[in-house]
Amino acid sequence: MSRLDIIDLGYLVSAVLFIMGLKGLGRPRTAPRGNLLGAAGMFLAVLVTLLNQDILTYTMLALALAIGTAIGAVLALKVKMTSMPELVALFNGFGGGASVMVAAASFIEAVDLNAHTTQISVAAAVTAFIGAITLTGSMIAFGKLKGSLKWSGFPGLSLLRAASLLVAIPLAVLLVMQPENQGWLWALVAAGFILGVLGTVPIGGADMPVVIALLNALSGVAASTTGFVLDNPLLIIAGSLVGASGLVLTQVMCKAMNRSLLEVLFTAAPTGSSSGDDDYGDGVTATSGEEVAMLLEIAKRVVIVPGYGMAVAQAQHAVRDLMVKLEASGVEVVFGIHPVAGRMPGHMNVLLAEAEIDYELLFDMDQINPTFARTDVTIVIGANDVVNPAARTDPDSTIAGMPILDVDHSRTVVVIKRSLSPGFAGISNPLFVADNALLYFADAREAVLEIVAALHEG
Amino acid sequence: MTLLIALTLFVLAVFLGMELISKVPATLHTPLMSGSNAISGITLIGALVSAGTDHSVLTTTLGFVAVTLATINVVGGFLVTNRMLSMFAGRKKNRS
Repeated sequence: MSRLDIIDLGYLVSAVLFIMGLKGLGRPRTAPRGNLLGAAGMFLAVLVTLLNQDILTYTMLALALAIGTAIGAVLALKVKMTSMPELVALFNGFGGGASVMVAAASFIEAVDLNAHTTQISVAAAVTAFIGAITLTGSMIAFGKLKGSLKWSGFPGLSLLRAASLLVAIPLAVLLVMQPENQGWLWALVAAGFILGVLGTVPIGGADMPVVIALLNALSGVAASTTGFVLDNPLLIIAGSLVGASGLVLTQVMCKAMNRSLLEVLFTAAPTGSSSGDDDYGDGVTATSGEEVAMLLEIAKRVVIVPGYGMAVAQAQHAVRDLMVKLEASGVEVVFGIHPVAGRMPGHMNVLLAEAEIDYELLFDMDQINPTFARTDVTIVIGANDVVNPAARTDPDSTIAGMPILDVDHSRTVVVIKRSLSPGFAGISNPLFVADNALLYFADAREAVLEIVAALHEG
Repeated sequence: MTLLIALTLFVLAVFLGMELISKVPATLHTPLMSGSNAISGITLIGALVSAGTDHSVLTTTLGFVAVTLATINVVGGFLVTNRMLSMFAGRKKNRS
């Protein structure tokens, strides 16, 4: 068996490990093993690649691998669970950036050796553009998630964005026709950089999970098209697996918002003009920690609905304390989680897992909605648009038709919120003035701790 | 590998990817994303060849940076996914 056969056989085994790994990641029981299988596949792929006879210098490779491993390990082990969306965005960007550089390097080398084909040129053009979008798009998403980037655009942004998308087509054609001119390649990368920035800058709030999922898919697509540049089957297979699964997840997120992917990307989120306090008049009933504690003491079933506000206030551990306290007095406590609650797919689940709350107590929207009618108290912690009944009742609302958690069907709803300011959709929420709703104006963490303290006293 | 075979692999893998991920519970959305993201760091093997072939300063430099970035993506991605998933698993044991 030749060296090349060993490499190809190794790649085949890697591809199988990736497929089994992804399958495993889809079920709670098998997920840890799935992740390990994926890592094993990657390790094997790197190992057999090092057998490649084209590789002449190993010192630089060892250095780069060591630097990357150290940085990756530190980031992964130090990150707080609340910062997980940023880290996922960052890793995404690095993957996309790496694909751009690999495609560029291989393309330049092929042209220098006069070994380039139309396939290589086309694939390099596509990778340069998509990879560049992934890199800068992820960096902007990273800044926005971190909260350090407040920029949300400028007049004429959509025009410039369309231009950077359209200019990619002639640039790609020029690159394929004149491969020896490297300028076209770098111009394509630049166009991708601009589109990545301009495509992500206007997006915020509840649209963020969609964008994170989409960038994840794009990093897979970039790896796959890099495979066409290198003529490497493993890159094609692994990249398209990730690209396809990322698109499925993106679609799930879009459905949860009742918006199409194109709407999320190319039209600003529809926003109402609610100013906050004025919309509600005297209809709001405010409450306190002691009052909520009294309600909870006589409750049989409590549903907790967390939102981005819980993440901001880092209230997940306080929420666990509340759950433990209530369970100790025989109250059934479960969690209802909207698919786009938070800033990335599954954000709330990760935070609650960090606080050691059993995932079997976390219910998806479809599972929890029929149970609100037999729920005594629902506590909404830092969520707004995803519990707005206007989506169901008001056909003129900007969020009309968006699937929501029917918290208003429970006997009493306690909404913990710092103020009456509108959520991301910028509309007023009729839930706040409903007869069965109580507003608890406080920081999510402080409010929950207050309730727990009152329960201890009572 | 001919272009047609490459395209065949591409199309089949896309369908397989969509099948594998349908109906994943929301609890696993984040680990699934970070785990699959680590797999997309497979571009690392291309980077290794680019960095190691000593073709020109430009291609070696691009390869070197690409190896570093892709390794961060791969190592960080699998580790952080493992960390998240062990939070799920650890809790089960505590409860029983």
